[in-house]
Amino acid sequence: MADLPWPIPPELRAEDPDLYYFNPYVDRPKIEWPDGARVAFWVAPNVEFYELHPPRGPARSSWFRPEPDVLHYGIRDYGNRVGFWRMADLLDELGITASISLNVAVLDHFPEIGKAMTDRGWELFSHGVYNTRYQYAMSEEQERGFIRHVAETIHRHSGQTLAGWLSPALTNTPRTMDLLAEEGIRYTLDLFHDDQPQPVKVRSGRLVSLPYSLETNDWTALHTTGGTPRQYAETIKAQFDQLYAEGAESGTVMCVPLHPWMIGYPHRIRPLAEALDYCMQHDGVWHATGREIAGWYLDHYHDAELSRLRGLAGDA
Amino acid sequence: MAVHPSYLDYPLRKRGMDHVHYAFRRHGEHPRMVWPGGARVALWLVPIVEFFPLNMEDGPFAVPGGMGRPYPDYWNYTLRDYGNRVGLARVFKVLDARGLKASVAFNARAAERYPYWVDQTVARGWEVMAHGWDMNHVHRAEWDDEFEASLMRRSVETLRGLSGQPVAGWLSPANALSDNTTHLVAATGCRYTADWVNDELPYEMDTDSGPVWSMPLGHELSDIRLITGYNQRAEAWAEQVIDAFDFLHHEAGEAGGRVLALPLHPWVIGVPHRIGRLAAVLDHIMDRQGVWCATGAEILDAARGSNP
Repeated sequence: MADLPWPIPPELRAEDPDLYYFNPYVDRPKIEWPDGARVAFWVAPNVEFYELHPPRGPARSSWFRPEPDVLHYGIRDYGNRVGFWRMADLLDELGITASISLNVAVLDHFPEIGKAMTDRGWELFSHGVYNTRYQYAMSEEQERGFIRHVAETIHRHSGQTLAGWLSPALTNTPRTMDLLAEEGIRYTLDLFHDDQPQPVKVRSGRLVSLPYSLETNDWTALHTTGGTPRQYAETIKAQFDQLYAEGAESGTVMCVPLHPWMIGYPHRIRPLAEALDYCMQHDGVWHATGREIAGWYLDHYHDAELSRLRGLAGDA
Repeated sequence: MAVHPSYLDYPLRKRGMDHVHYAFRRHGEHPRMVWPGGARVALWLVPIVEFFPLNMEDGPFAVPGGMGRPYPDYWNYTLRDYGNRVGLARVFKVLDARGLKASVAFNARAAERYPYWVDQTVARGWEVMAHGWDMNHVHRAEWDDEFEASLMRRSVETLRGLSGQPVAGWLSPANALSDNTTHLVAATGCRYTADWVNDELPYEMDTDSGPVWSMPLGHELSDIRLITGYNQRAEAWAEQVIDAFDFLHHEAGEAGGRVLALPLHPWVIGVPHRIGRLAAVLDHIMDRQGVWCATGAEILDAARGSNP
């Protein structure tokens, strides 16, 4: 694929991302999780750094207000100073091994946070470098270099091999998925089309789309829709109940994406604690990391499912 | 196309913050805060008295509460002014009935127009805080340094003249700042700013004019955030304030003093169907042992005394 102009002009825009096959949530091959679990349950906090004065990229501004947007900078900085530590205490109490959506610059700015995450054995996956630097408009060479840079940074700080990718501020190019697969990334969280893992169509290699969620995301629940913390807790429980029920037939995935700068507040942390505790107390739940869920799916289901879907679609 | 190479360069990517004002400090690694009488929670009530001119200009962003309709926007003007006539009277009454005190943040223009409320604040022995010039003057990067400096001086001097108080606290209108504002807070002789909503406890900041303290007024529990921003009901605001208080009261048992700060916009919280929620919240809080209701300056002094 040649490098695209930016913004991508209408004649080069596709009506379908062409990243996956149609696959109705009916009569699919059964997914079985380890120990017969119904739901693969994972918690994915976004640990982020928003720059006070980011460089202006080709797309939108990174801030809500003209710079310096000290109000929103302060709200996000709260996450690293206060919210992260309160959230970490809660996850410890509940015995949850988190999978961290990480702006890797956090490792440089706040090595204390890096140590707190690696000491706990949390998985670190990519959320880019800063949440104020977007993937939009990168050339192929730049985007590939960006992916490698993030992987190297995580490996250098933690010894971990990068497995997962949630693009910073959910910004993509049309070739992001191809590059992720070629660079050995195993799962993407940028697609919201399913409640089960799905194969992603990539030009070479393998990539699985793992269910993240904008529905059980604290940002959506508390900010976009303006719900209360207790309503958010009810949302998590209702989402869990349904996926747990459906998981009796075929394994489902439930993700609770968090932001320490949203959920770490004194008025929000306890409703979250109650909701997570509710999920943790059920039998038949696989408490996993993103890497583990994607790995299980790739090892047991991905290839067969991709062949089946290709066949149904009449693809060679 | 490609992004400019500088977009992939990170010159400030190093230990600590990407600005000069403070070092990183994680919650729990601050000095233990000791409040008078061994209180667990310092309750900081901050009624905010604003003047939204009818002829407000379109500023750098849509100011919450600003004139959103064509001139003359009587709708918004009078709803805001309601707060300074009726709402604030109710807020003061609720606080008086419980023997509570407040730091009242005034736009200088609001204080000039309604000196009655400055007098009422001073007469009660409460604190007068600076809240900039008016809501048409949200601080912004384009402002000339000298203009901003003189506007801040005038704002603080106006309040000093009207109140006879030293005026130690600063809050920028609509929480909007230029890169100079925090430097200039110290230059006006204020001792603290409530603009950086990144912590739950006071901490010292560096500025070109010397140290100034950050006081944790916060934003996420504000009536303007929850009730006007998220369209939540007053009951939901009250539930969250009570949950926050209960959590902090518990945390303080092990970890030392905490601050519960409540920004109160009289045009929001002071209407008849909401004021009862404020009263109920304060009753819940004051029914517990170990609550110290104080002004910002008093909390700052206690915080500094905790860490001499």
